Amino acid sequence: MKRKVLAAILALTMVFGLAACGSKGASSDGGSSDSGSGDLIKVGIINNDPNESGYRTANDKDMKEMFTKENGYDASFAYSLKNDEQITAAQKFIQDGVDYLLLSAADTAGWDSVLKDAQDAGIRVILFDRTIDADDSLYEASIVSDMDKEGETAVNWLADQGLDEYNIIHIQGVMGSAAQQGRTGALDKKAKSDDNWNIVTQQTAEWNAEKAQQIVQSEIDKGTKFNVIYAENDDMAKGAVAALDKANISHGVGKDVIVMGFDCNSWALEELLNQNWNYDGQCNPYQASTIDGIIKKLEAGEKLEDKVVIMEEKGFDATTITQEDIDKYGI
Amino acid sequence: MGNTAVKKTKGSGFFSNLVRQQMFIPVAALVILAVFNLIADPSFFKITLGYSSSGAPVLSGYLITILDYGSELAILAIGMTLVTAASGGQDISVGATVAIAGSVILRVLCGSNSRPETLRTSVLVAFLVACLVSMLFGAFNGVLVAHFKIQPMVATLILYTAGRSIAAWINNNELPLISDPSFGYYGGFLPGIPIPTPFFIAAACVIIIALVLKFTNLGLYTQAVGINEKSSRLNGINPTFIKFLSFVILGLCVAVVGLIKVSRLSTINYSVIAKDIEMDAILAVALGGNSLSGGKFNMAASILGAYVIQFLTTTLYKFDVQSDALPAYKAVVVILLVVLSAPVVREKLAGLGKKFRAKEVA
Repeated sequence: MKRKVLAAILALTMVFGLAACGSKGASSDGGSSDSGSGDLIKVGIINNDPNESGYRTANDKDMKEMFTKENGYDASFAYSLKNDEQITAAQKFIQDGVDYLLLSAADTAGWDSVLKDAQDAGIRVILFDRTIDADDSLYEASIVSDMDKEGETAVNWLADQGLDEYNIIHIQGVMGSAAQQGRTGALDKKAKSDDNWNIVTQQTAEWNAEKAQQIVQSEIDKGTKFNVIYAENDDMAKGAVAALDKANISHGVGKDVIVMGFDCNSWALEELLNQNWNYDGQCNPYQASTIDGIIKKLEAGEKLEDKVVIMEEKGFDATTITQEDIDKYGI
Repeated sequence: MGNTAVKKTKGSGFFSNLVRQQMFIPVAALVILAVFNLIADPSFFKITLGYSSSGAPVLSGYLITILDYGSELAILAIGMTLVTAASGGQDISVGATVAIAGSVILRVLCGSNSRPETLRTSVLVAFLVACLVSMLFGAFNGVLVAHFKIQPMVATLILYTAGRSIAAWINNNELPLISDPSFGYYGGFLPGIPIPTPFFIAAACVIIIALVLKFTNLGLYTQAVGINEKSSRLNGINPTFIKFLSFVILGLCVAVVGLIKVSRLSTINYSVIAKDIEMDAILAVALGGNSLSGGKFNMAASILGAYVIQFLTTTLYKFDVQSDALPAYKAVVVILLVVLSAPVVREKLAGLGKKFRAKEVA
């Protein structure tokens, strides 16, 4: 008896589900033709998980504030830290018939075919925050941070410290991301060319503070000699510092270990101001207004001067940072 | 009649054999790892007494690191063992609910201000609220599994997917940061005590669960439900409630781990906190020689299993194995365990003479 009732309910829900699908599909068709004739520009935004880091939270907030109905956009968002899930989301947006696809790719590889599909469907692709390894005819513009330059700025700053010997614990982000490649590349190059630069350990903590703490803890337990922590974001630098504090290894301006982070979270810049850390490289998350400008131009049929727009970025030194810098650049 | 008597003795012989095997697996794994490290580098076992930057005495060394991080796993292994035994499945939402518990603790302590100068209430209050919330989430899983009879892994997939977003939503996507150093005690060191606090917390949990198992029928009932749900119901046990209870207990364990996790760094990162910890917790249960399809369990073996896994992780870190390759090594352990616990292999291990008859019983 129970089973029969259950079966009946299931059958009913399926029928209604199908009916709902049908009506939904019809109404959304009508909706899209409406918005096509209206002024709203339909954008599909694929981003990394906003909880990944303070940087991403600020970036997502910025995008959400810009792409609103009031500003003339009909925006849908998809989030994932995984490339394949992002590609699936992109395919969905292509099917939905968006006008613009805004993409911050989790991984640099694997985007060619889906972007070609977008091109065939007449969808214009704009990359933000991260570049990809694909032919540049596949996208209209890319608004990015120059991660290589971020890395170089940081490494040049470190070289200016004039230590006799650099023994570096290098904590990497998620392998394969543009941020990791740029920030790792500059350090690897310097370590190869200079004899007194040694990377004593190079491990990925996947932007994860806990993992960074374990990695540094392991090096301390091992008795490794090091005088620089080069962490590819603030969270991982924080994890590393937690391990240093536990083992009473002094860090900061004029201390035993130089601590370097990236992204310029407010709390990290405060650590700089308190001289507990030495350096923080900026990674500018506020790309939305630039993207908005580009879309406006494309809609007006104008040509873009540059395909690649590079965000302006700084590096902060603990000895020169001020409270104003924190208020202005902290995220 | 004679026939049943023979079966009974064979059955009990098989089970006592199983129990002997059960402690054997984690202990053997521990010994192998210890010997390996002893040969490779005896300094692995060196423990030194130092001082932290706040001047408190702390012990440091690989063994302390294992005690420190293994304790989180041990706490989770307690709950996971009960869930496994009662429901014959695993809860894969543990990492996500740790994020929720941590987020609740920070929310209660900080309010809507993500950078408070002082804590709004005592940590104990925040912890109790977190216990309540994560027991509720445990109850949610429990109802799905016990009442609606959904496969545990499928039921907990819901929170596995949604949990971290819920955690972020609890704090309005802010990342609170607590500057009060006393909040760091739970995941670090209590002033004046050189052994990491998580070890004491784990020890307390172990003592509590040991007392519960000794003085209540929880262990017996759980095993009865896991072995045969129908016959346990015929014997007056309520299998729905026992399964539900196991998930609620796991929720409590999760809240404890949540406190340790957020205390370690005095902040939270929703997408990565306690990432993949459910896999380690399940592995701890498996390494303890417990059947992952439910039934009999050995709590001590699970807890030992948790420390063995951390031993393995720490050993791999020591040898500079790329940290993103760690899961591959753990996978090898899983494969070994699954093969070892497969009935075919067990029968072979039980002895060639008994092999034929054991097959007949099965």
